[in-house]
Amino acid sequence: MNAQVLARTLCLAATALAATVAQALEIVIQEGWDSPTKVAVAPFGSAMPPDEPDPMASVDLAGIVAFDLTRSGQFSLLPADNMLSYPTAPDQVFFRDWRILGMDYLVIGRAWTEANGAVSVVYHLFDVTSEREIASSRTTAAPEKLRDIAHRISDEVYEHITGIRGAFSTKLLYVLVEDAATNSPTFHLKIADADGARARTVFRSKEPLLSPSWAPDASRIAYVSFETGRSTIVVQNLATGERTHVAAYPGINGAPEFSPDGTQLAMSLSRDGNNEIYTLDLASRELRRITRWPTAIDTEPSWTADGTSLIFTSDRPGKPQIYRVRLDRLLPERLTWEGDYNARARLLPNGRHLVYVHRRDRVYHIAWQDLERGTVRVLTQTSLDESPSLAPNGTMMIYATQDLGRGILAVVSIDNGFSYLLPEAAGDVRDPAWSPFIDALRGRP
Amino acid sequence: MIRQLFGALSALLLAGVLLGGCKTTEEPVDPPPTVVKPPVVTPTPPPKKPEAEPPTIGPDGNITLPGASEPLDAIFYFEYDQARLAPADIRVLAMHAQQLRDYRNFSVKLEGHCDERGTREYNLALGERRWQAVRRYLISAGVRSTQIEGTSFGEERPVDPGHDESAWAKNRRAVIVYNR
Repeated sequence: MNAQVLARTLCLAATALAATVAQALEIVIQEGWDSPTKVAVAPFGSAMPPDEPDPMASVDLAGIVAFDLTRSGQFSLLPADNMLSYPTAPDQVFFRDWRILGMDYLVIGRAWTEANGAVSVVYHLFDVTSEREIASSRTTAAPEKLRDIAHRISDEVYEHITGIRGAFSTKLLYVLVEDAATNSPTFHLKIADADGARARTVFRSKEPLLSPSWAPDASRIAYVSFETGRSTIVVQNLATGERTHVAAYPGINGAPEFSPDGTQLAMSLSRDGNNEIYTLDLASRELRRITRWPTAIDTEPSWTADGTSLIFTSDRPGKPQIYRVRLDRLLPERLTWEGDYNARARLLPNGRHLVYVHRRDRVYHIAWQDLERGTVRVLTQTSLDESPSLAPNGTMMIYATQDLGRGILAVVSIDNGFSYLLPEAAGDVRDPAWSPFIDALRGRP
Repeated sequence: MIRQLFGALSALLLAGVLLGGCKTTEEPVDPPPTVVKPPVVTPTPPPKKPEAEPPTIGPDGNITLPGASEPLDAIFYFEYDQARLAPADIRVLAMHAQQLRDYRNFSVKLEGHCDERGTREYNLALGERRWQAVRRYLISAGVRSTQIEGTSFGEERPVDPGHDESAWAKNRRAVIVYNR
């Protein structure tokens, strides 16, 4: 009941915000949490003389921060219309105004243009209960980095309140299919901000594109492309656009995943007759075969954080299940035992929890599993769910699903059941990959 | 009495048949020239179908047998998460195999496809199993491996973009495409 009311409020807030930022992926919040932390982000001030260009005319910094925090599912944001005052500097803050409104935390800030054309933004985070400033910082960057500055503020606010590193400065890599229901679809590989904004196409093809994955420093991506008429693994440098076909063996070249140190790709190749797991050293191009099971499909490898093991899907027991193999021993160990279809697993950063595609009552969901206790929990309430990918801080998971027959992306909180959808008006979206942590204010992409 | 007469008559008839038979086998003294073939190198006639019109291959890679009004079926359907050929498909597959045996210059590209359920990469591997099932049959029926190539498209190329059982059933398929 409480959650329902909250969900409706969030949905309205999200729609209002979405309208202001012209994004390709819209965000529709589905479900709320009953007892989120209450935060107010007061509209940021502009310290500009009236005749100077206002850096915030195009970018609503407070709106971006509020929307970021909302999407974590851990916070309830106070709409600006309900605020009693609009402080932009610490000496304008009257804690009483925020305590009356039941706020736990308050964020204020302001922005201005420097003499050299750069923009500076300063923010302050206050604990309303203790009436103390918890954090504050000033960032200066090129004007086109304003959104990045806003996301960094969200990251810092989130970390100060929760103790967990924020992942709002991250990117989403995904496949958009235009005209999917026709016999002439176009496949776009796209990168957008984690909030769906600033989507851009990094590769386009009339042939299928799938399984995109990020290098650990986010400078390169790997994916499967059918541009030659058959599957090939491509590594693409995001700064230069340079593309290298790293695996074009006979049969399937699929499921590329960068090792945590970025030097290798794990993949699934059928060059020896059936799908087996391999690792490819990107510098020497040396291929190493990891699995040997001539009658089974072995695919969808992913790395453990320490790079010593791979998690993969195998149908060696007759139906697909998740296995783990140490690269120094090559003896796979089965991890999943519930249900007859478990596939495409990804480990959480803590290494103890797993998410994967799980079929239950003929419906495909994403399940979460505690590897030590064996507990299995279904995370999603949609159907035909696939391609789970985790935010680098392990708090949220993005996945592909269907809504009214259209492919959309959805995000669900690992811990609190909060979820939102990211449909794309231009077509079907699928195969999302959440980027590693990115310092957008320093480098790419 | 009558029975005895009948018996004698049939004995005579039988003797006549046997004698006649003996006569023909004993008769030739010289072996007929057709029995011992001289090692003459005659130009070998075109193999198997000297006068037959060849089948035609359409622009989308289908094959039509001479005299047939419709192209040969080239799509073979599978059960969910299975890569076994249906017994009912073997008759048509055998006709494809025969074309490929009769015309060794023909070659085919096999495609494996899946429905949208399950993960994309697992389906890529499952599609591989499906075209390979067709390949295995064709090879066992005498088609040369050099005449066959194959690709799995997994769930990326549905024929029916729907999301129900009937769409899924159409999408779980292997396809034979003749190269032109």
